[in-house]
Amino acid sequence: MTRGISPYRYREGLKDGLPIGLGYLSVSFGFGITAVGEGLRILEALLISMTNLTSAGQVAGVTVIVAAGTLLEMMLTQLVINLRYSLMGITLTQRLDARCTTPRRMLMAFGMTDEIFAMAVSKPHSVGPTYFYGLMTLPYIGWAGGTLLGAIAGQLLPSDLRSAMGIMIYAMFIAIILPPMKQDRGVLFVVLLAAALSCAVYFLPFLQWISEGFAIILCALVSAVVMAIVKPIDDEDDDGEEEGGAT
Amino acid sequence: MRATILIYIAVMALTTYLIRMIPLTAFRRRITSRFARSFFHYIPYAVLAAMTFPAIFYSTGSFLSATVGLAVAMLLAFRGASLIIVSVTASVVAFLIGILPF
Repeated sequence: MTRGISPYRYREGLKDGLPIGLGYLSVSFGFGITAVGEGLRILEALLISMTNLTSAGQVAGVTVIVAAGTLLEMMLTQLVINLRYSLMGITLTQRLDARCTTPRRMLMAFGMTDEIFAMAVSKPHSVGPTYFYGLMTLPYIGWAGGTLLGAIAGQLLPSDLRSAMGIMIYAMFIAIILPPMKQDRGVLFVVLLAAALSCAVYFLPFLQWISEGFAIILCALVSAVVMAIVKPIDDEDDDGEEEGGAT
Repeated sequence: MRATILIYIAVMALTTYLIRMIPLTAFRRRITSRFARSFFHYIPYAVLAAMTFPAIFYSTGSFLSATVGLAVAMLLAFRGASLIIVSVTASVVAFLIGILPF
């Protein structure tokens, strides 16, 4: 456990959060388009982004809502998709300064995304609550603002343009998973396996009783378990630092 | 806002928050199991892949424009383009294919 007081202030967090916030603005724009395209209202899409702050989980959540899935399905979907935050949380505890009391950690937890986590743990010294709040600020504004703009655009733009924008969030997922596939054979195979299983559930008639929400959980769990057995990562690898997981 | 959707959003937000909050406040030691660490390493990619396929093919309302958009996204991502560039270019290409007269 890191002791002492972090040298970083709120302002430095704000500065580190600016590029993350700008990136989120465009990603959440895609989410806003997708959510409204699936039939949600503008304020509903905005509320999801303001209370969840996570891209993959939100897209899967919209899938469950639109399919009128059960609340249990919603909980399990979020649990599996966002499980990585638990590991990040554990990793982050090793880097927090003495001022991070339990109530402050409860507030910090709300803003812990992949990018914010990565930025915080990459600082040379321990981090404190004020720096972390600064780091959360602009990404939060970018995420909510981008969703609002995307949702509004989704209702105002001509339909040709709107439907073409439906691909944005998925193209972004491609941009996240493809670079590590080149370097890590395990990632390459886990992606191919999960994509193949997901297509199988979608297209094979005898598997179509599986709902879309559960299909994501099931395919992801099976692929990750298989690859963790077949190709476990090296012992020296630092856990929780999956560069470029979902937002 | 519709009440049933508010309930979904509340359950979604609470679950996501608890997943983030509980380990950050309660956990004090390090995961050592190699299987568990490997599983956590792979799960984000598995989730993204399962969500993207086959959904991306239906994301533009036209199988052709989506497939071309996907191909462009993969090419750009393979060459290391940023998330924004990949996502905007894919949708511009899908749009252009979509308005072709066939």
